Amino acid sequence: MATRLKESPAAREREAVTVRFAGDSGDGMQLTGGQFTLSTALAGSDLATFPDFPAEIRAPQGTTFGVSAFQINFGSDAIETAGDAPDILVAMNPAGLKVNLEALKPGGLIIADAGEFGARNLKKAGYEANPLEDDSLKDYQLVAFDISALTLESVKEFGLGNKEALRSKNMWTLGLVLWMFDRDRQPIIDWLNTKFAKKPELALSNAAALNAGHAYGETAEMQQGLGRYHVGAAEVEPGLYRTVTGGESLSLGLVAGASLVDLPLFFGSYPITPASPLLHTLARLKEFGVTTFQAEDEIAAICAAIGASYAGQLGVTSSSGPGIALKGEAMGLAVMTELPLIIVNSQRGGPSTGLPTKTEQSDLYQALYGRNGDAPMPILATRSPVDCFEVAIEACRIATQYMTPVMILTDGYIANAAEPWAVPEMSDFTAHPVTHYEGETVSPYKRDEKLARVWIRPGTPGLMHRIGGIEKNYETGNIDYGADNHQKMTDTRQNKVLGVADSIPDQGFELGGPDDDMVVVGWGSTFGPIHQAVKKTRKAGRNVAHLHIRHIWPMPKNLGPLLKGFEKILVPEMNTGQLKTVLRDQFLVDAKPLNKVSGQPFKIAEIEAAIGGI
Amino acid sequence: MNDMTPTKLKPNDFATDQEVRWCPGCGDYAILKGVQRTMAEMGARPENTVFISGIGCSSRFPYYMETYGFHTIHGRAPALATGVKLANPDLDVWIITGDGDGLSIGGNHMLHLLRRNLDCQVLLFNNEIYGLTKGQYSPTSRIGTRSPSTPYGSVDAPAEPCTFALGAGARFLARCIDTAQKQMPDILKRAHAHQGASFVELYQNCIVYNDDVFEPFTNKKDSANTQIWLTHGEPMLFAKGEKGLKLNRDDLHLEIVDVVDGDWEAAGVLAHDEKNRTLAQMLVEMRHPTMPVALGVIYCDPKPSFEQDVVTQNAKESAGKVVDLGALIRKGQTWEVNQKKLREQ
Repeated sequence: MATRLKESPAAREREAVTVRFAGDSGDGMQLTGGQFTLSTALAGSDLATFPDFPAEIRAPQGTTFGVSAFQINFGSDAIETAGDAPDILVAMNPAGLKVNLEALKPGGLIIADAGEFGARNLKKAGYEANPLEDDSLKDYQLVAFDISALTLESVKEFGLGNKEALRSKNMWTLGLVLWMFDRDRQPIIDWLNTKFAKKPELALSNAAALNAGHAYGETAEMQQGLGRYHVGAAEVEPGLYRTVTGGESLSLGLVAGASLVDLPLFFGSYPITPASPLLHTLARLKEFGVTTFQAEDEIAAICAAIGASYAGQLGVTSSSGPGIALKGEAMGLAVMTELPLIIVNSQRGGPSTGLPTKTEQSDLYQALYGRNGDAPMPILATRSPVDCFEVAIEACRIATQYMTPVMILTDGYIANAAEPWAVPEMSDFTAHPVTHYEGETVSPYKRDEKLARVWIRPGTPGLMHRIGGIEKNYETGNIDYGADNHQKMTDTRQNKVLGVADSIPDQGFELGGPDDDMVVVGWGSTFGPIHQAVKKTRKAGRNVAHLHIRHIWPMPKNLGPLLKGFEKILVPEMNTGQLKTVLRDQFLVDAKPLNKVSGQPFKIAEIEAAIGGI
Repeated sequence: MNDMTPTKLKPNDFATDQEVRWCPGCGDYAILKGVQRTMAEMGARPENTVFISGIGCSSRFPYYMETYGFHTIHGRAPALATGVKLANPDLDVWIITGDGDGLSIGGNHMLHLLRRNLDCQVLLFNNEIYGLTKGQYSPTSRIGTRSPSTPYGSVDAPAEPCTFALGAGARFLARCIDTAQKQMPDILKRAHAHQGASFVELYQNCIVYNDDVFEPFTNKKDSANTQIWLTHGEPMLFAKGEKGLKLNRDDLHLEIVDVVDGDWEAAGVLAHDEKNRTLAQMLVEMRHPTMPVALGVIYCDPKPSFEQDVVTQNAKESAGKVVDLGALIRKGQTWEVNQKKLREQ
């Protein structure tokens, strides 16, 4: 058993700590991370998480490509990213250590399960010698002991099989980490009791492992050099808080948004990573007037949603990049027939199947331009798990007020990451109830002042009409291939969507303002690292502002004039420069790109460096 | 019955003011006429009726029906109809499709519509050719079909629509011929009355690209010998009652037997049982010229429809639950921050 003793102090005060749990995809790392997140939230720290897992459900055990990790950054100050580099790495096996060591801060703490560092696992991870026993980890603090054996010992009385008993390893480890941060175990035990309500013996054995891990910290501290940390509660606005992932927040936002426009919600979807959590969450909310439909494919999912909108409900479909590509033609149909529809794109690394479980922002072009013909569509981008709620509500408003499909761009990072949410009051949101047209006979393409056409539900007497993908006459709504008519209809569809800009707030600044000489422009999940990087740079005396765009299309009316006032514009994106190109195109500004497509979120330091380099 | 039904509508009341734009002599005209007549005879409410189509000649159909209509995109009418029906199960949904739209580009949706058993009528106009794209062979074209894309004859085996539908789990199958105006309304009414997905294959003549492809069994002169019109519970007879279908029990297939003096029982002729799926399978696979072509209602064995089951489950799972958005977003483990603290400046 290798143990490197460096210091053995009392609880160390930390403003923020980043912990990364890494193990086999079957080791329950996401579960451990999720429960540690909950305990952190309940302790009042601000936090951000980054689940990082392989595309394979159960990759071969012990391999580097089967490593599943969960990173959490928490602190007493505002936390907006999952942390650049972990302070603590919990490695459940050699592969987990191998894959994640590079990210660990110099001098960071490694907690390793020495019981898993046998010859076979070392070989699978590509180690020639045991890193716990040679000097290769000398730049870190290393605490290694046989967690597997300790876990088996802790659950011995329950008479479980070896394999089943070892499943509690993650709970043992969690217990130890809870001890390190002086956390209450009771919420986790409550959760175990709920989760294993039908198998109480598993609830008991897991709780025993959790308690044993905690007790080990108490008793083994002196020998092992394990430190205790104290991270204070964050200073936040008063109110009721919960943690929420982007998937949950977006689901709740869609339900809330449909309620605010007074329509039943129809959700047509086909399972795809990382968009499926939406379907899972909404499928359980039937009492809120939600119908979910798992279609036979992506195309059927969007077509069914269009059908539901045609019949008078609010149709929503959801997917990730490859699925969105399949939905393209049907989106055009929604544009042409001018029906409300929401398309959620949980972006992932592309092209093609790409990196299913890794994050990227490379579908901006697809959202803006990825349809045949001139097919304009409002596009909104979410910046964080919490932000998904408001964005979904806004999408429901635009889709129904303007009779148009609307795309929401989120991404795999936001969908899976969790953060604390100050739960809003529903009364703070403005309702925009929809009234389907039921009056005198009119053309189905009769428009209001916003250019939105009337929404007539089938079943309404006297208003029978036909719609479809063929160009329609501006006045009558009948088929019309005429040259002037197509020009007029194309212009009308374009102007209708551009008119959405009349109903959205002016672009504001997250930090700084128009008097700064440089602005960093972001969209989507890069919010956290950009905000932190700009904050740090400002502290260092640089006049740099941060502006984050929610309304990707149409853009806020003041955005162009704002950008033109800056000498320097930096656009960090997890793609090869898509928003940068759009900004250049729209405003003829000298926007400079900062691009990263590694499947990992930006680090604060990377953006800081880019700001410094301009 | 609906008490609010106004004065009875005539077939013409179901026609729109739009000029019908199929080629002169196209079988689609006859089907349109047959459908409009059916609507009038059924006392259909135009506002409650929705025609949904994909792409192709047949898919222009909704523009000519004075009902609600949605001309969607290629192959996707079943998917769109599923959303319509789930959102409003009270609507009477008719899907108009063709052999290309329904069995080629949209074959996947057709499969799932049928297996789910959405309550709707599918009218598949089968002309064994692509008309709107100017005459390429289709998935129902017979081997050897010469077309612009198969100048030396097609080599791939055709799909048989009713066999496909049966395999997909359809609970209602019927066949008709575009010109069979006497039988068509009754068949369509049966399709309409059936709860669940009703699949109706209509042999439709494409006068421009595939003229007379069905003529060998649709011509009036030979029809007594080439067609067998089925009625549930009645003996399966044709050729003016002089021939019938008998089950050959040695190798399980239908064979033609002579019926002497109308004594079909003595000849061993089977009575049609539209609830018998195995019989339906044998009937739809009968081919001209060795066998008569089976027409009329071939199979009808209803079970609860998809949208009804969805509505029922939605109601059951919603019952007794409090609908409170505020409570929903507060769900889970929460914590209260009481004192306002300032974040760093």
